[in-house]
Amino acid sequence: MMLDWPTLLPLIFAGLMGLAILIYVILDGFDLGIGILFAAAEDAEQDTMIAAIGPFWDANETWLVLAVGLLLVAFPLAHGTILTALYIPVFLLLVGLILRGVAFDFRAKVPAGRKHRWNRIFFLGSVIASLAQGYMLGIYVLGLDVGLGGMAFGALVALCLAAAYAAMGAAWVIYKTEGELQKKAVLWLRRALVLTALGMVAVSLATPLASPRIFDKWFVWPAMLYLSPLPVLSAVLFAWLWRQTFHLPKPNDRHALTPFLTLAAIFTLGFAGLAWSFYPFVVPDRLTIWQAASAPESLAIILVGTVVVLPIIIFYSFYAYRVFGGKATDLTYD
Amino acid sequence: MDPLILSRIQFGANISFHILFPAITIALGWMLLFFKLRYNATGDTAWMRAYFTWVKVFALSFAMGVVSGVTMSFQFGTNWPGYMETVGNIAGPLLAYEILTAFFLEAAFLGIMLFGFRRVSNRIHTLATVLVAGGTTLSAFWIIALNSWMQTPVGFEMRDGVAHATDWWAIVFNPSMPYRLVHMLLASGLTVSFLIAGLSALRYLNGDRSESMWKALRTGVFTAAILIPIQIFAGDQHGLNTLEHQPQKIAAMEANWNTGPHVPLVLFALPDEAARENRYELTIPDGASLILRHSASGVVPGLNDYAGNHPPVFPVFWAFRIMVGTGVLMLVVSWSAAFFLKRRHSLPRPLALVMVPMALSGWLATLAGWYTTEIGRQPWLVTGVLKTVDAVGPVAGSHVALSLAVYLILYALLLIAYLGVLVYLALKAAKDGDASPLPGVLDAPLSQPAAK
Repeated sequence: MMLDWPTLLPLIFAGLMGLAILIYVILDGFDLGIGILFAAAEDAEQDTMIAAIGPFWDANETWLVLAVGLLLVAFPLAHGTILTALYIPVFLLLVGLILRGVAFDFRAKVPAGRKHRWNRIFFLGSVIASLAQGYMLGIYVLGLDVGLGGMAFGALVALCLAAAYAAMGAAWVIYKTEGELQKKAVLWLRRALVLTALGMVAVSLATPLASPRIFDKWFVWPAMLYLSPLPVLSAVLFAWLWRQTFHLPKPNDRHALTPFLTLAAIFTLGFAGLAWSFYPFVVPDRLTIWQAASAPESLAIILVGTVVVLPIIIFYSFYAYRVFGGKATDLTYD
Repeated sequence: MDPLILSRIQFGANISFHILFPAITIALGWMLLFFKLRYNATGDTAWMRAYFTWVKVFALSFAMGVVSGVTMSFQFGTNWPGYMETVGNIAGPLLAYEILTAFFLEAAFLGIMLFGFRRVSNRIHTLATVLVAGGTTLSAFWIIALNSWMQTPVGFEMRDGVAHATDWWAIVFNPSMPYRLVHMLLASGLTVSFLIAGLSALRYLNGDRSESMWKALRTGVFTAAILIPIQIFAGDQHGLNTLEHQPQKIAAMEANWNTGPHVPLVLFALPDEAARENRYELTIPDGASLILRHSASGVVPGLNDYAGNHPPVFPVFWAFRIMVGTGVLMLVVSWSAAFFLKRRHSLPRPLALVMVPMALSGWLATLAGWYTTEIGRQPWLVTGVLKTVDAVGPVAGSHVALSLAVYLILYALLLIAYLGVLVYLALKAAKDGDASPLPGVLDAPLSQPAAK
């Protein structure tokens, strides 16, 4: 492989897009998860949970805009192919995101009697968006071929991804709250973990089986050896997190952030596995990142902006998280 | 069911719904900054009350804008894959710069603007307001640059049916871009000033005489009174620019079927495209020639020069008239209100009653303006490069019909809920007056966590 610009640029953008998707899944994952957990929470708890994501969700969702934006601008051919194939789930995802995004604001502004309605819409929107994302992941893993079996698999992944988001949401609640709600969140986390693990196993098995090419990438010596840390480490982290759920919350709120970080690490490992499987294709087994990429001069001009702006974005995102650090239950109205 | 027609209706509905909210947030950000700076300068809490009343509207409008904007960006891929496949090399970087420079900036600092009043210093809070306002405006800059390029494309060459950029400067600052940008920014300013004036008038009619109501009312009325003549001038300049670069659009706006001198200005007509003539025409002799060419014998382009290649006449003609008519109404109402506020220090009840529905006049004019320019671009998606019919994707008509139906219901319900909340917030503010809790404590979304 010649490492000239026309080769490098699509590679860089595939990497950036992957990064944006991963950050999105981790950050908006806990927002969506908190929406899903709304079903199991009391009124006052819902208010606290909203306070735990209030200042962040907007910036979190922006990573999805960036990820899809990069797909759109860097790989226009793939963008069209993937999104037309996934028309209905994309449409449902958007409906979910619309409902979730506006309910968030409406619930705080409508007359008190209407708040419940918007709480339910917030829950519904979060569930729809999560399920749609999971379904899309399932169909993508199978190579965008939708038969009856594919739909069933998509449904399974949808359920598991929603559970994984619920786990992220619970982990975030553990970090941002204390007292009864925090204890409740530990139980939520434990239940959601089971389905999360099932989902990761299902995707890990289905991916190589759906494509001989991917099978050969994983199950040859010595690749198997190099890749073994991915599943092994994931399993160890799962087991460790599962054990932790029996000991949390700890005195002085030690390790409150640990479940969230552990889940983020597990997501990252799973994501790395997917990335290895599909590279260099952006549309499974059909379009490589080079075939789908925009012209090098267009990518170059985007890269200039990205290199300047991305560090700034990351810097001020950290700043925003720092400003709103600490427990969300410390509410005062003075 | 024809996926092309359905996709067009869906995109039209989506962009119509979407534009309503940027039309508010672009200028409302600067309006909030004005309130904040007045507060910083005077220490008068009434300014801060106005800030906190309107920052809620900003947050809600922003959320509506974000979700409908995300929906729109997905539709490029789901419904119009031919668009990015043909001009992705140019649209891509412009959209990327919008996301990179504007979107993150707004989204990250909005949290501090909304919930951070007690968490950061007053100075940082003001800075967050500046950054959010700047972000929304920057966002408009990139989107309008792209939209203008689609109307008047330059700075590129076609290779194997795909557009490749040759001159980025020319692409961004394409011939119609400055006119369109100024026209849109002023439209946003007018939308917001009428919204603020109208809802303040509603508070006034409900007996609110609080200092914060007066401050908002005056700000809205005077801003509108100043902006509207500027907008009329800018609109005229934009029209002359369109005449130069998109004459077929002007021909449709004027419902002028034949090229020639001494073209009358059509005030009222029902353009009939089948017969290629106007029914029930009411005209001013030589009017169009005078306006467009500043001479009675000036030659004005007619639709006959663009047979089979011009936009549908009826909607463009009427959308343009609705926009201009609303603009004239805005001029009359804002100047009357400014007169009474300035000279008499009062607001007559009948005028206040007129101002309440005028709260939405900016939306009406903006939508009508967008229909004029966007329908006026047809049958082209990118003038001379890509036809709308060639961009549509291979999606089943039934799928588009389903999504379209759901979007329409969803948008209608959200619009009702949005307007309901605006009125509710205004009435609540009217009831509480300046006895409402102090700023910074005011916002209910308990999202006001205490400083550590």
